[in-house]
Amino acid sequence: MSFSVTEPSHGQKWFAGILVVGYALITLLPLLWIVATGFKSGPDSIAYPPKIAFEPTVEGYVNLFTTQTRLSNEAKLEAVDDLPWYEQLVRERGNTIVGTSRYSERFFNSIIIGFGSTFFAIVLGTAAAYAFSRFRVPLKDDLLFFILSTRMMPPIAVAIPIFLMFRNLGLSDTHAGMILLYTAVNLSLSVWLINGFIDEIPIEYEEAALIDGYTRFQAFYKVVLPQAATGIASTAIFCLIFAWNEYAFAVLLTSGTAQTAPPFIPTIIGVGGQDWPAVAAGATIFLVPVMVFTILLRKHLLRGITFGAVRK
Amino acid sequence: MAQIRIENVRKEFGSFTAVQSSSFTIEDGEFFMLLGPSGCGKTTTLRMMAGLELPTSGEIYIDGEEVGMKRASERDIAFVFQMFALYPHMNVGKNMSYPLISQGMSRADAQKRVLEVAKILGIEDMLNRPVGGLSGGDRQRVALGRAIVREPKAFFMDEPLGALDAEFREHMAEELRALHDRMGATTVYVTHDQLEAMQMGDKIVVMNHGVVEQFGKPQEIYDWPATKFVAQFIGSPSMNFLDFHGNVEPNADKVMIDGHQIDIPTSRDGAVGDLSLGVRPEHIKFDDSSNYKGEVTAVEYLGTTQIITLLTPNGTIKSRIASDIQVNNGEMIGLTFDARTLTLFDNTNGQALVSEANEGALNHG
Repeated sequence: MSFSVTEPSHGQKWFAGILVVGYALITLLPLLWIVATGFKSGPDSIAYPPKIAFEPTVEGYVNLFTTQTRLSNEAKLEAVDDLPWYEQLVRERGNTIVGTSRYSERFFNSIIIGFGSTFFAIVLGTAAAYAFSRFRVPLKDDLLFFILSTRMMPPIAVAIPIFLMFRNLGLSDTHAGMILLYTAVNLSLSVWLINGFIDEIPIEYEEAALIDGYTRFQAFYKVVLPQAATGIASTAIFCLIFAWNEYAFAVLLTSGTAQTAPPFIPTIIGVGGQDWPAVAAGATIFLVPVMVFTILLRKHLLRGITFGAVRK
Repeated sequence: MAQIRIENVRKEFGSFTAVQSSSFTIEDGEFFMLLGPSGCGKTTTLRMMAGLELPTSGEIYIDGEEVGMKRASERDIAFVFQMFALYPHMNVGKNMSYPLISQGMSRADAQKRVLEVAKILGIEDMLNRPVGGLSGGDRQRVALGRAIVREPKAFFMDEPLGALDAEFREHMAEELRALHDRMGATTVYVTHDQLEAMQMGDKIVVMNHGVVEQFGKPQEIYDWPATKFVAQFIGSPSMNFLDFHGNVEPNADKVMIDGHQIDIPTSRDGAVGDLSLGVRPEHIKFDDSSNYKGEVTAVEYLGTTQIITLLTPNGTIKSRIASDIQVNNGEMIGLTFDARTLTLFDNTNGQALVSEANEGALNHG
């Protein structure tokens, strides 16, 4: 029996545990459902009552990456044994593959635009935050507030001006345009977050480095950056998640060349009816990069959220 | 190793003047204390010497070279911060070799040098440890080590013992002083602790409100304060002031206080008006034959000595006497003052009047 004031009691721990598990179930269940649906067959995916146990198939994934058409009656009679496994799979449903779909291209666009804009938001945000934190910037507080104020309305509120601007500048449906847009939206977040992290690093470290014979930039690069890494990493996660999931601007500003995955996934229509397994497969694959990125940086994320809460 | 000379250095932050036209000289190999209350400009002065702040005007010479506008890295000095500023993402050895690597020394040579210095400081077995887990004293040693490895012209220390607990501070103070005596490097040390300054320093500069109040050896400053501020700041309990209205003629060796004649060192200055007679607590003697009396209001026992608080016609004073003398509250006691140790102050400007006794101490500063 412990009599500590700060240590939670046995019952409290149980209660907290149940809350966490409950919350995890609520948030993870839809994800599990999506992942499961990706491995269902078409009929299983719309079966009612929903099937918990089903025979897994990669049909959805094959459909996701291919375009198909109905088989002619003569073709149905051909021997299928020599065909590759995915063609056989498709033929069971009376279809044939006629080409690859644009999903991988869209996915690749998402990678370029998501990571590209995150990179720029972090590089520019770190530089700006360092300047705000360390230099006597005139009207510093007003400027910081002004930067924050760009977040006070939903970005989509300025959709029409941005649409017109992009059209006139020839940025519509270009990778550069989307990277620019997402960088601009994320920059206020990254400046504010990273500014907070850099403010927490005592200036004496840099002064020590200056005296030890390093230039201002070396002091920034070798002393400040490693210590701000945690904050920068967690900011990067937030920026990436925004750019990766952004849907409205992507629908509005991209169509042919620079379209990202979010506006593309809903347009996956199978042959003869909505192909839910293919949509779910697309969503599942779409989740992977952010998940990997977050898992790689999760140590930083947790520290980032609680950073500065307790002064050591 | 180098002499450091500060000439008319001034620093303004906007409309606030942090340091007003200060001048003093730190001789080669001296352990030099910058002493003053917080906000007096001592740290700013040190930072200007180190190149972390640029002076608004004035010159700073290190080893005969004017460095006022030079980068910190070009001045060949080392700085020890109050919070140590050890790079938290590096281990002890890396922290110490960092300044060497920046100078282009090879890693092998740097490592050798770091080991030498670590041995001096007794930290050679913690070179591979992260700095995070070190105790305050060990951090302090590592910070010193980082300063020493470079063999700079001068060491600047900004309250390096301020972050340590009292017990350990004493020990580190001794260690620091011993290290200085061994290396003989010019050291400038900022502190607000007058005991630390007297205990460790070869010379002390006392600053207040950005002004150098006095500059000299610890004993000179203690015995012959140049201003009332210094008299109050140095010593515990501080110097007593008997306030009186009167006049002092040049060459006078007596003053009249409250109808009593008190002997003083022969005055060089003359003054009329509100004056104070400054006397250290240990120079007040109890003598029943004296007509100048004070009433005992408090007795504090301190072991070998005791502090007696007395109410006199010219204000409350504190006396330090041997603890075997029996004194009771409310007692009226006759007081005499050791004439050779007295200093008169002019209350209009707080300056000490020059006398035969203190002219030597006051004139060079």
